[in-house]
Amino acid sequence: MSTEIADRRATGTAQTVNGRAVRRFTADVSAVGEPALWGFGGALALGIILIAGFLGLIFVNGVTTFWPKPIAVVETVDGRMLAGVPTRTGVYRPGERIVEAMTPEQRAFLEENQGFSERTLFRTANFDLTGDDFTWVSDYQKTEVTFPADFFYFERREWGPFVGRIAGIVIDDVAIPAEAVDMALLRREQREARGRFEQIRRIERRDIGAVNYRIEQERLSRRRAALRHGADSPQAEAAAAAAATRIAQLEEEFRSHQDRIAAIRAIDRENRIVLETIDGRQKETELSQIVRFFAANDLSFTDKAGIYVARWHEFLTTEPREANMEGGVLPAIFGTVMMTMIMVVVVAPFGVITALYLREYAKQGRIVSAVRISVNNLAGVPSIVYGVFGLGFFAYTMGVTIDQLFFPERLPSPTFGTGGILWASLTLALLTVPVVIVASEEALAAVPRSMREGSLACGASKWQTIRYVVLPKALPGIMTGLILAMARGAGEVAPLMLVGVVKLAPALPFDQFFPFIHLERSFMHLGFHIFDVGFQSRNSEAGKPMVFVTTLLLLTLIVAMNSTAIIIRNRLKRRYATGHF
Amino acid sequence: MAIARAEVDAIPQREAFEPTAYHVKRGGEGVALDIRKFNLWYGKAQALYDVSMEVQAGLVTALIGPSGCGKSTLLRCLNRMNDLIDELRIDGEIMVGGQNIYASSIDVIALRKRMGMVFQKPNPFAMSIYDNVVYPLRVDGVTNKGVLEETCERALRSAALWNEVKDRLKESALGLSGGQQQRLCIARGIASDPEVLLMDEPCSALDPIATAKIEDLISELKGQYTIVIVTHNMQQAARVSDNTAFMYLGRLIEYGDTERIFENPDKTQTQDYVTGRFG
Repeated sequence: MSTEIADRRATGTAQTVNGRAVRRFTADVSAVGEPALWGFGGALALGIILIAGFLGLIFVNGVTTFWPKPIAVVETVDGRMLAGVPTRTGVYRPGERIVEAMTPEQRAFLEENQGFSERTLFRTANFDLTGDDFTWVSDYQKTEVTFPADFFYFERREWGPFVGRIAGIVIDDVAIPAEAVDMALLRREQREARGRFEQIRRIERRDIGAVNYRIEQERLSRRRAALRHGADSPQAEAAAAAAATRIAQLEEEFRSHQDRIAAIRAIDRENRIVLETIDGRQKETELSQIVRFFAANDLSFTDKAGIYVARWHEFLTTEPREANMEGGVLPAIFGTVMMTMIMVVVVAPFGVITALYLREYAKQGRIVSAVRISVNNLAGVPSIVYGVFGLGFFAYTMGVTIDQLFFPERLPSPTFGTGGILWASLTLALLTVPVVIVASEEALAAVPRSMREGSLACGASKWQTIRYVVLPKALPGIMTGLILAMARGAGEVAPLMLVGVVKLAPALPFDQFFPFIHLERSFMHLGFHIFDVGFQSRNSEAGKPMVFVTTLLLLTLIVAMNSTAIIIRNRLKRRYATGHF
Repeated sequence: MAIARAEVDAIPQREAFEPTAYHVKRGGEGVALDIRKFNLWYGKAQALYDVSMEVQAGLVTALIGPSGCGKSTLLRCLNRMNDLIDELRIDGEIMVGGQNIYASSIDVIALRKRMGMVFQKPNPFAMSIYDNVVYPLRVDGVTNKGVLEETCERALRSAALWNEVKDRLKESALGLSGGQQQRLCIARGIASDPEVLLMDEPCSALDPIATAKIEDLISELKGQYTIVIVTHNMQQAARVSDNTAFMYLGRLIEYGDTERIFENPDKTQTQDYVTGRFG
């Protein structure tokens, strides 16, 4: 900057305008606002980078989880062999004791790398035989890494996956040694075995489930009669006798179902497979215990894609197994969506009616201001507090009262007197109602006064004005509030843990028995599933991929629900779009 | 519309004002609205002082005066639209058909059904054109489709809008131009056959062509309805009205035959205003 300009900036330029002396200063940087602009842009960029990075991390990890990965066979310096799926790598500095015990070559290797070494985590699986799922192998320990084609990855119903060779199979109680195993035959038998497993499950779920339900109904009707007429009354005795005969019939039916299952299990026992780990230990297991198996190093791209699709399908359409570590999340998807829907159904009228009263009817004054401030502050209460309230008020107060009034025959086991999907939805509705109230109030306030006056001047009552003019105009704004509430509610976990979410629900809140929707039942939730798999499982390393996939799914679900709501809102907006002059 | 309080407070005591000059043209159908010694306060500030005037049935009465003189306030008292304002206090009577509309026994909703109203800015509802026009009937509980359709056509024809919108009655009213929207609001105002049509500066948001159309319409509606129109535009008042009331600082200064008000007013204040010396 030349001294002349700097000088002019400081003193301004003297001019004479209309005979008056004025001094004009050039605008300096702070007046132009350039630094502020950079600040705004930077803040926005930072925010976008954080969100994009976060979403990208979840997306990449979630999408790649189900892609089949190769099995590496590693030979170490001390002659140990291990087979496993490389999961991740890291750099670390081996401790002094370990360094002391090293061979000179290893020490030289370390010194070359300033005392650091890379290491790889292998999923060696075979938890039932080794008691370990994962093993770290440092680079200085490795001598050779191969990818042999005869190593298989087995997904089992119990004990997690198995990595190893096939040492032989037993079909119809006839043993076939490893050399003679026909892969086509094995695949066919495995498919059949899986079919048998599903058949057993169907019988258990549908047929035995129905019998159990009816037995329970009989038991309840007997208790109802006893409660109504007294335990020793003739009516109660008659009911008990009738129930007893019917229960006897049902138990007969129950036994026939069990016989069917036993017959299928007998076939299961005749079809087995012998698995062998890399160090030669063998394990014989029924074929029906194998969900899926593949030669991880001998797959074409189409094979891999097939496995990938099959795994997603399993994830989305089946129930979890292995303490939620494997299998699907269908009950959790179902629970999440159903809970969110019930929440919206409750919170929408509740919030809108409250906002209507506050904005349209209540006399604006100190009391209304106090109410409004309180509502806004409710949004800041920790969600776990809502959980405690939901448990104490909904479950233990309302629920217990409902049980005593309507379900006395089921006591002492609670029906509504414990956590359930209804109470969870109501708790979340309570949690999100401030958002809806505030948004609805804003939307109502934004309806122009001229519209209300136009309606009133037509001879409409206040209610008619609200009903036909104000509410339709405010609807898009109200929908925005509902969308925000939905997004918040669907992702909330902490309060749910107190009011009805469980690790593994015995039944969906929806089935074929009257009244079909069972609002008192506990349920599973994707958010809680993430917490459970990631932090409550026996092996968090094995749960990590599931955490990513479930998070991806939960995000997708929330985006889907929000998009639907946004599309509906935009339709409404277009219908009530403001005209032009 | 709201009167500047400082200005009102600065008005000298009422003794300083002479009584209203009064020389109205009679319509022959009697008096539609009889305003008697009407006073109005927004909180502590008085906005109307002892206004007394008889609005002649079947004629067009224009309310003119500078901003803040209380003409809109007075108009909005006629169908009690001012009820929406908190801390509003009135004194005096407005008689419609022998009844004081500010009597406690009056049904405000029924009163408003007898008065159509058109506002400064077109305010069609976010509904179809058809639904807009029949809205006053709908809220009245009319569900007969034949009646509704007939009323819609009649009102739109009266508002000189029928030919422009007859093919798109089911489309949103918000797609109309400003002038069309205002004529739609007039159609809505007359759909339920009111006795009086109140117009609050109906052309102030419109271009000259749309304004001319609305003025033609007012001339056509004359005779069918008693029309009270608030306007800032003195040419408009001169063109469309039979009687003109000049208001100033919350008082009715002169009320009489439009021709005389504009050509040979009794009061110097009126003279000054209509000749554009202030206002």
